[in-house]
Amino acid sequence: MATIAEIVEALEESGDVVATSTFRGDTRVVVLPERLAPVARRLQVEFGFDMLIDVTCVDYLQYPGARDRFGLVYSLFSTESNQRLWLRVFLNEPDLEVDSLVPLWESANWMEREVYDLFGIRFRRHPDLRRILLPEAFTSHPLRKDYPLQGRGERHHLPVIERGES
Amino acid sequence: MIQPQPWIEGRLPADSVITTTVEQAINWARQSSIWPMTFGLACCAIEMMSAGASRYDMDRFGAGAFRATPRQADLMIVAGTVTYKMASRVRRLYHMMPDPKFVIAMGACTVGGGPYFKWGYHVVKGVDLVVPVDVYVPGCPPRPEALLEGLMRIQDKIKAHRIGKTGDAAWFKPGEKVEDRLPLPHHTGHVAAPGPQQARTDHQKIKG
Ligand code: SF4
Repeated sequence: MATIAEIVEALEESGDVVATSTFRGDTRVVVLPERLAPVARRLQVEFGFDMLIDVTCVDYLQYPGARDRFGLVYSLFSTESNQRLWLRVFLNEPDLEVDSLVPLWESANWMEREVYDLFGIRFRRHPDLRRILLPEAFTSHPLRKDYPLQGRGERHHLPVIERGES
Repeated sequence: MIQPQPWIEGRLPADSVITTTVEQAINWARQSSIWPMTFGLACCAIEMMSAGASRYDMDRFGAGAFRATPRQADLMIVAGTVTYKMASRVRRLYHMMPDPKFVIAMGACTVGGGPYFKWGYHVVKGVDLVVPVDVYVPGCPPRPEALLEGLMRIQDKIKAHRIGKTGDAAWFKPGEKVEDRLPLPHHTGHVAAPGPQQARTDHQKIKG
């Protein structure tokens, strides 16, 4: 069974890794967007990461010291060796597209839909990329930092429904 | 041995007759068995469950039979945050309920957006923008007693219901029509606003 350090080393040897870091025993591996699917496949097949815990995203707009706009977070877990690994992919406008991981882990389906819904990142070859939390008619992606905090859909002067017109 | 407590039996002679009006009888029957629909949307639903359980016991007022289908329910207690995605579902459930139907908006979220009043992109700012509301129960969340009070206001409303009539019956003047009318319940706390008011805090100011 390979340790996390050995796994990271093996990934670095193949030249897929942009950067790695460790914080309180959790290891983070940054890969390029186009290398995400091969690296994820290798982690699943070769190193036994059989579970995708979470897919989420961070918007680094105006974040001190950040160079990229969006950072995707993939949280992987191996039920055999009880190891965890975090994959990071950084994306910039206008190229907000990355390969879907649904072919590897079914659990990616709804989580990628959520990221698409709230951040507007598109997943290539996703089987059903629709909004999941917000209504279909919603026109923007509200967890982006440039979404206005005020002034949308406030109650003032919206008509109240009476019994007669229900 | 416990003696049976006489209620109406002990007070009337055995062969007596009670007269009432159809309207009063119908209203009495309706108000004493309001069946709410089982659904909760957020934290307020916890208080609603508590109001239905043994300690507060909504069944005392005849409203304990929570129905799992809108087709059997008279009362919709909208307990919790209504999101835009849920709003169309709430409206469809309301239309599935048979008449006469009543709606309680329970909690600040359903009264006017609640904690999401200013900053929530996903919350309907009051369920009365989606379905007609009969009684508003404020609070975040309201105590079960407050929900019971709201239920009793619904009962007041049903009790004062004027059932619509047309002039077909022999005892009724031909051609005359009485409109169906549902009054405001008594001691609602409803007061007219004393004219236009100045916004005092930032969140009351209307911008854009
Ligand atoms: S009014 Fe308060 S307690 Fe009720 S659903 Fe809204 S946030 Fe939760």
